[in-house]
Amino acid sequence: MIPVSEQLDHFFTEKMKEYPTQRSFLVPMLLYAQDELGCLSNQAVEYIAGKAGLSQLEVRNVISYYSMLTTKPRGRFHVQVCTNICCQLRGAEDLFEHCKQRLGIGHKGVTSDEQFSLEEVECIGACSWAPAAQVNYDFHENLTPEKMDQVLDEYRSR
Amino acid sequence: MADLVSHPDEVKVVSQRFGKGAAAMDRYLELDGYKAVQKALASGPEWIINEMKASNLRGRGGAGFPTGMKWSFVPKESAKPKYVLCNGDESEPGTCKDRLILEHDPHAVIEGVMIAALAVGAKTGFIYIRGEYRYLVDIMRKAIAEAYARGFLGKNIFGSGVDLDVRWHTGAGAYEVGEESALMESLEGKRGIPRIRPPFPAVVGLWGGPTVINNVETLASVPHVILGGGEWYAKLGTPKNGGTRLFCLSGHVQKPGVYELPLGYNLRKMIDDVGGGIWKGHKLKAVVPGGSSVPILKADEIDLAMDFDTLMKAGTFLGSGGVIVLDDHTCIVKFCLRTTKFYQHESCGWCIPCREGTDWMKKTLVRFHAGGGIKRDIDNLNYLAENMLGRTFCPLGDAAAMPVIGMIKKFREEFEAHLEGRPCPFEEHGAAVEQLPVLA
Ligand SMILES: Cc1cc2nc3c(=O)[nH]c(=O)nc-3n(C[C@H](O)[C@H](O)[C@H](O)COP(=O)(O)O)c2cc1C
Ligand code: FES
Repeated sequence: MIPVSEQLDHFFTEKMKEYPTQRSFLVPMLLYAQDELGCLSNQAVEYIAGKAGLSQLEVRNVISYYSMLTTKPRGRFHVQVCTNICCQLRGAEDLFEHCKQRLGIGHKGVTSDEQFSLEEVECIGACSWAPAAQVNYDFHENLTPEKMDQVLDEYRSR
Repeated sequence: MADLVSHPDEVKVVSQRFGKGAAAMDRYLELDGYKAVQKALASGPEWIINEMKASNLRGRGGAGFPTGMKWSFVPKESAKPKYVLCNGDESEPGTCKDRLILEHDPHAVIEGVMIAALAVGAKTGFIYIRGEYRYLVDIMRKAIAEAYARGFLGKNIFGSGVDLDVRWHTGAGAYEVGEESALMESLEGKRGIPRIRPPFPAVVGLWGGPTVINNVETLASVPHVILGGGEWYAKLGTPKNGGTRLFCLSGHVQKPGVYELPLGYNLRKMIDDVGGGIWKGHKLKAVVPGGSSVPILKADEIDLAMDFDTLMKAGTFLGSGGVIVLDDHTCIVKFCLRTTKFYQHESCGWCIPCREGTDWMKKTLVRFHAGGGIKRDIDNLNYLAENMLGRTFCPLGDAAAMPVIGMIKKFREEFEAHLEGRPCPFEEHGAAVEQLPVLA
């Protein structure tokens, strides 16, 4: 039994053919598997190691390098607030504090109902629309604490 | 997604299709799409490289290396396959332009990669997009699939007998992976650790084959150079600084946004006219003119033509096009701390001067900003930074060192104002940062 869907497994197999070495597609494979599974569980690591022709240790070595990859489950909605300079100049610190209060969790925390997790992140490429945050892969820009509340409520009701 | 802005001084070349639906193939074709690559196919590699050299297009990723010259370094004969690698890792704080290109004009990036491949004799190109930009990965996947469906990519493109593939790839969160050699490691499925140079990628790159690496904006500019001619493009800018570029205005301006302006545009005008001046009626304090890694300029130093050579003469860099504006309510020490925190977080840990230097600088600045600084810290910070310059495996160490050296040089009195256990003068209740033990 593979831990990911058959479609995803098939997608990996096809995409890997575009590269001269078996391990080349490793980083995207980890990210797409994580998107489906919530995190890179032991089972996921074993599966991807097999797929890429690597030892599990080699795969873990790569996982630990990339900030988006995680072996621990996050919330259903992962709230990533940029506090880097351009966002900081336009109020990101207050915004991040507000999110902490509002969700009752800190940096890299997960709410007890597993709906939300929070992370302070580095520049996400929204510097001209600061302050900005990503919830999963969605961008939210020109934020204020009030706007952030609306954003969070909107996800909560999904 | 990200809002578009405009200003009458803009010269729209690489942004000319923004907001026009050009991510769809038919629309792109209506807007002169895939004409440049056909012209390039008909004219041959030598002609392409000559036009690129004449254009004075310089890399938009940060270093400003002349693109035509970079392409000419790729050996004609090679036992191993050659590659083109488009750098869409865009992670330098202050930089948010490649995102707009990938969203609004993905086919221009594909076309740029194709022309680069034709110029150097590569059969495969890769477009690497940072992991956070998933919606752009999806846009690019669709664009590439459409190009294959029309026969623009794959075997015998445009009936020319040439085979050419362009592939997409994505990262998973890492600034360092934007560095060209770490980018190749990542694409090969590894940790993004830099490679020692020489050999340079143009000779030994992806999987050991000669590789051209260019930024998204650089490659998206290529079709315009090919259609308009190198000479036309060069004339848009200043001598040796051809064309236009996307400037990302951020920070304390009234109208932040991404604006396309000719190289050589005056920095003061960019802030006052294009950006609408400083917000809230405040005054300008300083500008970081090329992304977070470049030395800061004070308010009275900004009557400058924004091109690579002028900024270098002024002791800073044009970098990645991120223009970060600071008003007079900004604490430079805090700004310096946040900048340094970033480089400390992103240092890959491979070489010691960068790993230890960024960590030490960050710890010192945390304590310093919290009111626990001593006079010696200021010189010590400078000493640490000076000792990282040029001594690291890749330029991330320089990127971390330059802002610190610059801020201490230009704003030493502000560092001194934080001394002797006083809280930050810009914050009523002292610094809102974690407290570290005060040094004796
Ligand atoms: C730490 C570091 C991060 C970098 N990040 C990027 C990036 O995100 N995007 C980019 O195009 N270039 C980045 N660069 C520059 C690349 O190494 C390389 O010079 C560039 O992609 C070449 O393209 P160009 O000649 O078109 O500018 C970075 C360099 C360093 C040292
Ligand atoms: S600094 Fe926050 S998005 Fe760039």
